[in-house]
Amino acid sequence: MSARLSRTDVEHVANLARLALSGDEVERFGEQLTVILEHAQDVAALDLEGIPPTAHPLPLVNVLRPDEVRPTLDREEVLAQAPAAEDGRFRVPRILGEAP
Amino acid sequence: MAEYEAVIGLEVHVELATTTKLFCGCPNEFGSEPNTNVCPICLGLPGSLPVLNRRVVEYALRLGEAMHFDVPSESIFHRKNYFYPDMPKDYQVSQYDHPICVEGWMEIDGTRIRIERAHMEEDTGKTQHIGGGGRIHDASHSLVDYNRAGVPLMEIVSHPDIRSAEQARAYVSELRGVLQAIGVSDVKMEEGSMRVDANVSIRPVGTGELGTKVEVKNMNSLRSLGRAIDYEIARQIAAVESGDRIVQETRGWDEAAGVSQGMRSKEGSNDYRYFPEPDLVPVAPSDEMRAEARAAVPELPAAHRTRLVAEWGVADQDARVLVDNPALAAYADQAMAVGAPGKDVANWCTGEILGFLNESGLSPEVLPLAPDGLAELIGLVADGTLSRSLAKDVLDECLREPKRPKQVVAERGLAQVSDEAELAAIVDEVLVANGDAVEEYRVGDEKVRGKKRGFIFGQVMRATDRKANAAMVNQLLDERLS
Repeated sequence: MSARLSRTDVEHVANLARLALSGDEVERFGEQLTVILEHAQDVAALDLEGIPPTAHPLPLVNVLRPDEVRPTLDREEVLAQAPAAEDGRFRVPRILGEAP
Repeated sequence: MAEYEAVIGLEVHVELATTTKLFCGCPNEFGSEPNTNVCPICLGLPGSLPVLNRRVVEYALRLGEAMHFDVPSESIFHRKNYFYPDMPKDYQVSQYDHPICVEGWMEIDGTRIRIERAHMEEDTGKTQHIGGGGRIHDASHSLVDYNRAGVPLMEIVSHPDIRSAEQARAYVSELRGVLQAIGVSDVKMEEGSMRVDANVSIRPVGTGELGTKVEVKNMNSLRSLGRAIDYEIARQIAAVESGDRIVQETRGWDEAAGVSQGMRSKEGSNDYRYFPEPDLVPVAPSDEMRAEARAAVPELPAAHRTRLVAEWGVADQDARVLVDNPALAAYADQAMAVGAPGKDVANWCTGEILGFLNESGLSPEVLPLAPDGLAELIGLVADGTLSRSLAKDVLDECLREPKRPKQVVAERGLAQVSDEAELAAIVDEVLVANGDAVEEYRVGDEKVRGKKRGFIFGQVMRATDRKANAAMVNQLLDERLS
């Protein structure tokens, strides 16, 4: 299977990532993304019967920390790095939709 | 008109009562100054790495034990990607298709409600919309406080096994009791440490299919949960009856107005592109961790109610009230343990004592009257020293001052008068002094007789400063008025 990504697919993905792409870019990235997907198809072509999907390559589980308080950052220092702050909080532009 | 039934599933978010956040050592505290409990990890600064809080896993496993969940050998975290300023990272770390707990259940009044999953995730920050009356769409800008971002949550998702608002309330109430009993959360709906969203659909009775579901949010009490669900069921039935189609949407409940309203959300925005969180390795609960969790689960509310009813003769309703107030139930348990009859203990605890606790805002542990003091009071009523009415006065004093019931009885000379000759003399005096009432009693119909007798009884109690043994007074009146 080597279905080429449609323009709609690319535009959808761009929209989800909040990227404004030009018509040329949609075309170009569509081609590049298709190549990446084709590479993934190479893996799918193997016989994967009985092999669980890999979420993590590391042979590690249960990396845990004790429930103990660690130092926090200074608020003024934190807010100084934000584009805008007000009343001890981060100031963000008007939000267009409800929380998802 | 067809008969409809509601099909309801609940998603409950519970903030866990840990000391620190899910993936960093920032304090998990309610009410701190904005943006003071933050660090590079919960602010999502580049290069920071999350590490899972061991206690959250312990709590999740406890929940698994308490609610009959299966705990798969491994569970993993995913990133849920979305653009919204309540998360500084532009994603929320949550569990997706491999949650820590799967397929549990709870029994609600004899009906088993299946629970699809319970998973760990991080809470979001708090946004406040400025201008436009605080409404998101009319605001000029918003302010964000990330103290809550990264606070550990469990999301508990039921199957659509619930059929009414009443049952939904009972489910949440029971869930709250279980979470409280296992000590993983302080479960205060009003303060937002427990948040409930309801998925509601309707279908003609007798059909098995699922209708289009509508999600209702923003209920901040059990009462508002019930109202919101009833409203949604009625709204959907009215829509279907008038030939409309139910639209899949999310609606926000407005408690003051008693209505819900569709929430505007961006088309296609709920494509979250989940992928495994590369910075967190799988959680694989060991046998030892599971055994510890099992050992940490105490008697659960259902078992506690059964024990109170079966072993102590407490009425069903009283058992429910007691178990809903764990500290009071513990107090009652101690009073029973020193020998006071369960029924009496439950009566006092769910009546006068609970009333006093609600009024004073105190918790049972700090009452000046220890549980064995309540047992002493009950003993004084049982052996005839105190009438129930005077016992209330004594209790009232003992709840406010560090005095034992016997001490109050002695100080105030309250011991009940049970000497028959003495009472008979008083009764006779009262009858003479209230000759009119006695006459009206003799000629009156049933209603008048009841009233007059009550009046005469009251006069006797008054003449004895309420110390007369009520049963004996009744007996004396029976003899004299018949």
